[in-house]
Amino acid sequence: MSAPISALREPLILGHKTYHDITEDICAPTETTPNLAWMTAFVLSVALLGLYGFCVVVVVWFGIGTWDLNRTIGWGWDITNFVWWVGIGHAGTLISAILLLFRQKWRTGVNRAAEAMTIFAVVCAGQFPLIHMGRQWLAFFIFPYPNTRGPLWVNFNSPLLWDVFAISTYLTVSLLFWYLGLVPDFATVRDRSKGLRRKIYNILCFGWTGAAKHWQRWESMALVLAGLSTPLVLSVHTIVSFDFATSVIPGWHTTIFPPYFVAGAIFSGFAMVLTLMLIARKVLNLEQYITIAHIESMNKVILLTGSIVGVAYLTELFVAWYSGYVYEQFAFYNRALGPYYWSYLGMMACNVISPQFFWSKNLRRNITFTFFMSIFINIGMWFERFVIIGTTLARDYLPSSWSYYVPTWIEIGIFVGTIGLFFTLFLLFTRVAPVIAIAEIKSILKTAGDQYTGPNATKVPRNAITEPQLDTTELGQVGFPAQ
Amino acid sequence: MADTRTNVYGDVPTAPEQHTDYSERNAGIPIVYGLYDDEVKLIEAVRAARAQHLDIHDVFTPFPVHGLDPVLGLQESRLHIGGFFYGACGTLLAFGFMTWVFTRDWPIIFGGKPYFSAPAFIPITFELTVLFSAIGMVLSFYLINGLGPGAAEENIDDRITDDMFCLAFSANGISAADRDQYAEFFRLTGAAETSAKIL
Repeated sequence: MSAPISALREPLILGHKTYHDITEDICAPTETTPNLAWMTAFVLSVALLGLYGFCVVVVVWFGIGTWDLNRTIGWGWDITNFVWWVGIGHAGTLISAILLLFRQKWRTGVNRAAEAMTIFAVVCAGQFPLIHMGRQWLAFFIFPYPNTRGPLWVNFNSPLLWDVFAISTYLTVSLLFWYLGLVPDFATVRDRSKGLRRKIYNILCFGWTGAAKHWQRWESMALVLAGLSTPLVLSVHTIVSFDFATSVIPGWHTTIFPPYFVAGAIFSGFAMVLTLMLIARKVLNLEQYITIAHIESMNKVILLTGSIVGVAYLTELFVAWYSGYVYEQFAFYNRALGPYYWSYLGMMACNVISPQFFWSKNLRRNITFTFFMSIFINIGMWFERFVIIGTTLARDYLPSSWSYYVPTWIEIGIFVGTIGLFFTLFLLFTRVAPVIAIAEIKSILKTAGDQYTGPNATKVPRNAITEPQLDTTELGQVGFPAQ
Repeated sequence: MADTRTNVYGDVPTAPEQHTDYSERNAGIPIVYGLYDDEVKLIEAVRAARAQHLDIHDVFTPFPVHGLDPVLGLQESRLHIGGFFYGACGTLLAFGFMTWVFTRDWPIIFGGKPYFSAPAFIPITFELTVLFSAIGMVLSFYLINGLGPGAAEENIDDRITDDMFCLAFSANGISAADRDQYAEFFRLTGAAETSAKIL
């Protein structure tokens, strides 16, 4: 790495850390007894997970009739929640892949947790189409396997099937990418432990040694996986948007959907990363690794993607009006002033107006403000999906079939339950794996640590060393055996 | 030449390629190694060792040290070439299979579109390309590195995954005098610790 180091860059690691300090700080949460905050959160999450299990059993036993879906409104909270979770699952790969390609060093502080969050969010997302199938035990029908019914193949022209491939590929690749990064860090945890724990972590770290050739291949892999994941992450929400855009429903059949969905996904994903990391940095004492500079960077991404989403909303309204097509015009009139006007209002307030506060540097660097904003944005993005799905379906072409939909307690239970599933997985993750990529954060220490850059710098950044440092006059006299 | 620095640091093209034969690992090969507390010292030591044609067994670091590979004489990884071919398999399989299903095995008309509706095949073709490439490369990575669940623990020192950088020389059949010279080399290059081990 020979990129020049700007003195204007804010340090990304505070507290004059050494390599050993980094290991100690980041491994600590995996080696200590969980504190009361963790225990409380875990019990609560498992309770919600129990609710999820119960509601799913009810749905499997009695069928989808336990939901309030009807002939007009065939997609309700289930698909809303699916799209919401998939959207949240976009930030991790964006941080680990796209920001790696852009050589953004601040990604090292948050990539591990964001990728974990991505995987857990996609797991939650996957539950909804699965449950919605009605006969969940036949879920394997969605895969094109040689069957005794012809073989009758799946419809490869359907965006719903594209979704199956997109989501499963995304989950697989994210998991591989995430684990690739975890391997060296599990080795670090292994080398600090003894007995059974050491054996377990040796299995988890695949016997990692840290050999130069392994690291070289590791970096090469990370780069190529990033290159593959970048179009992948963009394709996933594009394909999710195709579920709507390839239909003939006014308000769904729009070409703006793919970029608008992708921007929205990154927007909500970063909000969820912030929600989690603002708590995690406090609870796990990682404030010197996830600094205000990291938070500000993420808020800038939120400002950008939030503005793209805002422009997309306004463009939709304009195009509906400009098209002169009465059904399209009605669809948007109905969204804003129809039976679900409150969800449109919530969406506009949370997604369009609120991110604009982040033009202020003080607010971008304000932790409390950022935390509340991240919650608002997640609520807003949920409303967005509900506006698109619920509102549009409630008022279709034929006024005689107009309908209204409220979720039953089962549907609410499943949604709240997936939040339990998500937090259960995330809380377990913080106990068994280093929450920050140890190896990656060490590799930026000498260019982004506060002893090397920023106002408190006392040492010269490593990149500045270009000439050999070692005086080896004596070395020439050491007579080595001839090879 | 009077200036020994040139000898030590000059990028010597005649230096032999370092072949780290990983299959030998299990045979129990003796090594002498030094632990450095800084990656700059390590790079300097590797450079000096290479200039003196020493038999470097391997170098172990807690994180990828940039600038080490050329000094160590490592060739660029060819994993990404493998990735291309794995991906190409996915592309051909996905596109070929969908074409076969919809034109030969069970042709169905969807919405008045032709049987062979290539644009509709693009999303799945793309996804399978990425999937095959990623899985193929990751499996190759673990396989050629000899890493996997159940792999034996072969680390030289516990601090190598923490804050120590290790340069290890093969010590197969070296004399006690040679060993002293390696110790001298480690001392002069600023190693924090020196030791020997059979891997």
